[in-house]
Amino acid sequence: MQTLDFVDTTILQSGVEVGVHWYWEIAGVTVHGQLFVVIWLVTLLLIGASLLGSGREQIPKGWQNFMESVVEFTQDIAKNQLGESFYRPFVPFVSTLFLFIFGCNWAGALVPWKLLILPEGELAAPTNDINTTVALSLLVSIFYFTAGLQRKGFGYFKRYIEPTPILLPINILEDFTKPLSLSFRLFGNVLADELTVSVLTLLVPLFVPLPIMVLGVFASSVQALIFSTLAAAYIAEAIE
Amino acid sequence: MDSIIAAASVIAAGLSIGLAAIGPGIGQGNAAGQAVEGIARQPEAEGQIRGTLLLSLAFMEALTIYGLVVALALLFANPFNT
Repeated sequence: MQTLDFVDTTILQSGVEVGVHWYWEIAGVTVHGQLFVVIWLVTLLLIGASLLGSGREQIPKGWQNFMESVVEFTQDIAKNQLGESFYRPFVPFVSTLFLFIFGCNWAGALVPWKLLILPEGELAAPTNDINTTVALSLLVSIFYFTAGLQRKGFGYFKRYIEPTPILLPINILEDFTKPLSLSFRLFGNVLADELTVSVLTLLVPLFVPLPIMVLGVFASSVQALIFSTLAAAYIAEAIE
Repeated sequence: MDSIIAAASVIAAGLSIGLAAIGPGIGQGNAAGQAVEGIARQPEAEGQIRGTLLLSLAFMEALTIYGLVVALALLFANPFNT
């Protein structure tokens, strides 16, 4: 692990740092502290927004109206993949995935974390660490596996020998490549956005990185949509 | 770091992302062209076509990103760096 410090970064307030972390020791386990700070913040924000939005008014207005349209949007993600009659039990999981990843990506893109100086590393989107994305995608794996087992019982394993038993190794391999590609896609996209922005700020600190930052905001929301769409698609594949 | 390993890693990082960009580039061009054709033929379906196009473009982009992840691993977390 190393940093590219060929420029005096104290003047420019930017440098390219990958793999520098603020380590916390909790009960003998080393964790990346800067992720936890942002994750807790995003979680608190989401809980606060949903508590404020869950009014009981018949005609929603203001914040409740906004939150209801958000929930309708996230419901549609599950509905498009799982179909009208099956989608309801999976809405909470898929919606939470979408909102959490969306919140994490935008927290990294919109908040000027550089102003807070940490002993080591820097605050950024929690999804730019492979540990976060692998945890999320393993969650998806466990979820579609249990959903399939619950819906079809032991007959779930029949899909491994369909259409022919010759495809058995490929079908088993698929269970491993799904979380791999999910986690790498999200991690790579978020890290790539932040790296391009920091490399550009290293070269030209003013104005030039702005379009790339806007692109990053857009791309990270699309990545949240893709992650939750794929999660819903995998669940649909497992329960069909 | 050994200078030979450093040189090889940098070249490999450049190649990994450059080669990984070729296929998705062709694919994205095809997809965008077909989408334009679809919109020209049926302008009222523009919103739906655009949504699907953006989603599938992001899927293709992921392939380049895999190359980028390999490049980043070579540059910043090189396993052969003693």
